[in-house]
Amino acid sequence: MKKILSIACLCAVAALMAGCPKKTTTVEPPSAGSQVPGAGSTNANGQGAYASGSALGGDEGGAAGQGGPGGAVAKVIYFDFDKSDIKPEFAPIVQAHAQYLIAHPGAKLKLEGNTDERGTREYNIGLGERRAQAVRRALMLLGVSENQLTTVSFGAERPAVEGDDESAWAKNRRVQLVYTP
Amino acid sequence: MNKVLPVIALVLCLAFCPRTHAEFVVEVTRGQENAIPIAVVPFMAADAPDASLDAAAVVRNDLSRSARFKTMDRKDMIEQPHAGAGISFDDWRRLGNDYILVGAMTPQGPDRYVIDFELYNVLNHQRLLGYQISANRAGLRLAGHQVADMVYDKILGVRGAFATRIAYVSVQGALPNKSYRLIVADADGENPHVVMQSNEPLMSPAWSPDGQSLAYVSFESRQPSVYVQLLKTGERKRVSAKAGVNQAPAWSPDGKKLALTLSTRDGNLDVYVLDLDGNTLTRITDDPGIDTEPQWSKDGLSLYFTSDRAGGPQIYRVGLKPGEHPKRLTFQGNYNARPRLSPDDSHLAFVTQEDGAYRIAVMDLNGRGDMQVLTKGQFDVSPSYAPNGAMIIYASRDRGRGVLALVSSDGRVQERLVSSEGEVQEPAWSPF
Repeated sequence: MKKILSIACLCAVAALMAGCPKKTTTVEPPSAGSQVPGAGSTNANGQGAYASGSALGGDEGGAAGQGGPGGAVAKVIYFDFDKSDIKPEFAPIVQAHAQYLIAHPGAKLKLEGNTDERGTREYNIGLGERRAQAVRRALMLLGVSENQLTTVSFGAERPAVEGDDESAWAKNRRVQLVYTP
Repeated sequence: MNKVLPVIALVLCLAFCPRTHAEFVVEVTRGQENAIPIAVVPFMAADAPDASLDAAAVVRNDLSRSARFKTMDRKDMIEQPHAGAGISFDDWRRLGNDYILVGAMTPQGPDRYVIDFELYNVLNHQRLLGYQISANRAGLRLAGHQVADMVYDKILGVRGAFATRIAYVSVQGALPNKSYRLIVADADGENPHVVMQSNEPLMSPAWSPDGQSLAYVSFESRQPSVYVQLLKTGERKRVSAKAGVNQAPAWSPDGKKLALTLSTRDGNLDVYVLDLDGNTLTRITDDPGIDTEPQWSKDGLSLYFTSDRAGGPQIYRVGLKPGEHPKRLTFQGNYNARPRLSPDDSHLAFVTQEDGAYRIAVMDLNGRGDMQVLTKGQFDVSPSYAPNGAMIIYASRDRGRGVLALVSSDGRVQERLVSSEGEVQEPAWSPF
């Protein structure tokens, strides 16, 4: 009983942390079509207009995201170089998420595909999407409804760790499983 | 009042944040052997008080940076004439110069300067250029670039590209709190302005053919969307935000369409053309592989793109008339991607893999398909031609940091733009 309670506490803490929007120092994004009066006239080159966007709260998907199976189940699946097949050691993770999603038909899971930094940026977006789709297909084969799943590819744009070597690359070739409200 | 405050904040940001200081220092890593010797004499008196008024220094730096010229050091000048009548040609010739540029800058009114400049051939005393150019203080750098363009054109017979701009993405901060800025600067890296800032990735800036707008990809809603932003006003429009992938925008030569990459629900990436007026979408490729990184031919009748339909990524061309089939263009090596056409449509620059490294290569489209690898880095990507075709700017890495670099399109001249802070990537050179 004691153990269950402490796990419940941890979950609550995790949920709170995940729910807290990060403070950002960026200025508010202007609504589409807004203008900055006078900005263009301040310099000869016709440059200088300035727009801004900020994240909608949230966090790195790795350990965060709300909902999902218990804390012990990993939310990252790693891939080999230039590959998008799910390696056998990650099958239990996919299964655990499938079970959770089937048991919670209201739960929504976003699959974020990522690559290492090598290669061209836009082609890497394609590779990241391919990895996210591999996990999506695996979940659907296990009976998860298509409507619970979305994918996004960040390509090489959101590495988990920095570094120009294989140990960093291996950590960046991944799909992050992010439960969304 | 509510509306006024953010505007003031934006204008303050414009005035102070983005134009902190020059972001780049240029290092010529490999120069050209037969650079043309030229003396660029200061336009002002030697004891001029203010370096920001030194337009001749802008000209000298441009010419020397092009590596086609070898500019004389000022401290080696025994006199500093301001007009043709004051030039002792024999002295300048003995000091090794083929050409000399002289000029006189005179203030006219509170914020207006007039520069009378002349270019001479030192060997035969012939006057090659003689013009007057005027600018306010803020416009003096641009005036210097324009003078350099005229000198470059006169001596080499090639239009100069010094008075152009570059767009690039700057990434700052440590994981997981990175911030991304889309920046437009002068071609020499000076005068940087923030166009867009976000806590989520920004990608793939692309200049409209008139140089007035940038298309780019922003993940600000944690999904990729393609935006078009007018630089002068900051007005921007989300032009593609379909479910899935919205990537790699490329302007048609008439500026009325964007080629871009979209995905089906099953994650199949294909190239489409979006008509910006009617908002209509035409699918161009239809293949289960990844088709992306489109680029228009100059006549607007075909697209070059990357596809891994045959295994690894290779470059293809497809005509835009219905029923045309893509034709594969690259056959050397197992990774050739992100094509960019030279301004005259004669060559293709792209990223190739060689010995595990990613490098910039060019291929003569009228040749036999042989490619020439121009760079020697480990992670050289994102090539973009200068509008005169003389140089290619690209993204490289230096001691774990993203930097920009330049290589002449024949590979003989290499330069690195050393950024003062953060990571820089995805350079895109503006049109003229």
